[in-house]
Amino acid sequence: MSYILQQLINAFQLGSIYALIALGYTMVYGILTMINFAHGDLFMVGAFLCFVAAVFLKLSFVPVMLISMFGVALLGVLIERLAYKPLRQAPRVSAIITALGVGLFLENFTLALNPYPKQIPQLMSNTTWTILGLSISSLQVFIIVLSLLLMLILDLIVRKTMVGIAMRAISWDKATVPLMGVPMNLIISATFAIGASLGGAAGVMYGLAYPVIDPYMGIMIGWKAFISAVVGGIGNIRGAMIGGYILGMVEILVVAFFPSTYRDFVAFALLLVLLIFRPYGILGKPHPQKV
Amino acid sequence: MKKAFFFMALCMIVSVFLTSCSGDKGSTIRIGVIAELTGDMPAVGESCKKAAEMAAQELNDAGGLDIDGKKYKVELFIEDNAGKADQSASATQKLITQKKVHAIVGPNATRYAIPASEIAESSKVVLISPWSTNPKTTLDAKTSAPKKYVFRACFIDPFQGRVVAKFAMESLKAKKAAVLYDVASDYNKGIAEFFKETFEKSGGNVVAFETYTTNDKDFSGQLTKIRKASPDIIFLPNYYSEIPLQIQQAKRLGIEVPIVGSDSWGSQELLKLCGKDCEGCYFSTHYAADAATPVAAKFIEVFKAKYKVMPDDVAALTYDSFGLLWQAIKGANRIDRQAIRDALAGIPRYEGVTGNMQFKEGSGDPIKSAVILRIKDGKFVYFVSANP
Repeated sequence: MSYILQQLINAFQLGSIYALIALGYTMVYGILTMINFAHGDLFMVGAFLCFVAAVFLKLSFVPVMLISMFGVALLGVLIERLAYKPLRQAPRVSAIITALGVGLFLENFTLALNPYPKQIPQLMSNTTWTILGLSISSLQVFIIVLSLLLMLILDLIVRKTMVGIAMRAISWDKATVPLMGVPMNLIISATFAIGASLGGAAGVMYGLAYPVIDPYMGIMIGWKAFISAVVGGIGNIRGAMIGGYILGMVEILVVAFFPSTYRDFVAFALLLVLLIFRPYGILGKPHPQKV
Repeated sequence: MKKAFFFMALCMIVSVFLTSCSGDKGSTIRIGVIAELTGDMPAVGESCKKAAEMAAQELNDAGGLDIDGKKYKVELFIEDNAGKADQSASATQKLITQKKVHAIVGPNATRYAIPASEIAESSKVVLISPWSTNPKTTLDAKTSAPKKYVFRACFIDPFQGRVVAKFAMESLKAKKAAVLYDVASDYNKGIAEFFKETFEKSGGNVVAFETYTTNDKDFSGQLTKIRKASPDIIFLPNYYSEIPLQIQQAKRLGIEVPIVGSDSWGSQELLKLCGKDCEGCYFSTHYAADAATPVAAKFIEVFKAKYKVMPDDVAALTYDSFGLLWQAIKGANRIDRQAIRDALAGIPRYEGVTGNMQFKEGSGDPIKSAVILRIKDGKFVYFVSANP
């Protein structure tokens, strides 16, 4: 019993991080119907900013978190302005290819600065509690709680604020809404900033939980988060959260009950089966095309 | 008229190229180096490059290599394989066809050395991998016969797996062992299997044999499973950039048993990335800097003076690879790819920084001893040696 509970705690930690990154994918898709494949690498930049702020500037956790979130948000907006905006009228596939290119650029830029894996210092005391044979670390609890909090804040922003209303309006109809006086470019920038800053926050938390970071760390995590977003229903914020937790859960539970060699195979086979029965994801809806 | 002029110009360009190439080729020994300068193990490539440059500089400072009464200097061509198998293959191709090298040293990690060795073998150019310990590097994939042009400076994994398994049973008194390894990497997979085989044959029990894939960072699922199996030791035959995460996550789950590793741990970077978490762990490797022979002591002294860091095992093995090459070229007494390979295969015994090497007849694998190091006070400390 304690074995299964321990695995569930592991799954929650992994799922929280997947969910947080998946939000970035889902927000950009919801508004621009474009998949920002550079998002995984924005997450990597977040982890490196955390390293720089913690090691060179010797800051404590809160400023480190703010610097990473803000820095990555800025980078996200910059990328949107320079790389995606000129392609907004182009076929969608051009934007996706550009996004892949931006991702490669970020990886290789970091690599060119310094190819060595880096260790993130411990920014907070990490005690491990043992309760009934379960090991729970304070860091684990912190990551789960903070992720949930950030997701809650995002949900509130999207449902209750003017920016959120404008975002939902643009995702509904990109042609008419700007005619109503909604500043479309500003709202798109805000979307990128919010999505990217969540990626940056995930980078910091990931760096604390798995303190060896390298320029390629965003690739695999980026894919997994993208899959989470698709499973949850891409474009749907709550769907992305559910998808992240499902993927984390499936991955860990496959290891728990099957030989660990089957992990990715079984995990992704299950997700494929799920998508056969719900092709738009768990909370997604089909978008009818107007002819 | 125009055509004739064009033709003449072309002839001139071609002749300039030809003469410059052939003039160059005659006076220097051209050695290619393939190193993991970027990618997931840059510390390995960096050490290899440093040791290669040091070996070449030492030779050139001494006036060059004496062949048939004439002194030849050495020229290095260093290529980065970016920690990718395909780039290792293309770098080998480039060195052989464009740079016209006489021999190649590197790549170091098995998963890059195997593709490079295939190309070297088919192009009939000597390739010495300093650090690749998997048996497949020097064996033909189809026939399982030894490759003719591929050599290495290190021992091989069946031996290393045996050394670690014996160490775990005899020195650590382990009866139950757990293994966590990267199933997507030839080296990790190979040594994990050799370890399991020996450990079980000697009466031990491998209670957990868990895997992950390259670039995974979360091992909590596998480690929780290992904790449930309650082993006496954990064997982690993985690269230095992954070890800190695995050990930290194990400790966070409250696993307190001794942890043993393999020669992929031997980089000074491990100590930087791991901090206090690696204290007390053991791993098998090629040489111990603090229990050095006179040859090794001299190498360490020069290396430290030049680069201000302790040479790791990759540096020592790269240096030995060059030592082997120099001896082979001297023995061949001419600079020719085939002659170098024949002379290298005929070297009976070489006394290097990492100990004495002896090549079996028709094999590129040297017979040499291994050492077990322990991590103590942030340093690698000699613990025990194991002979073949």
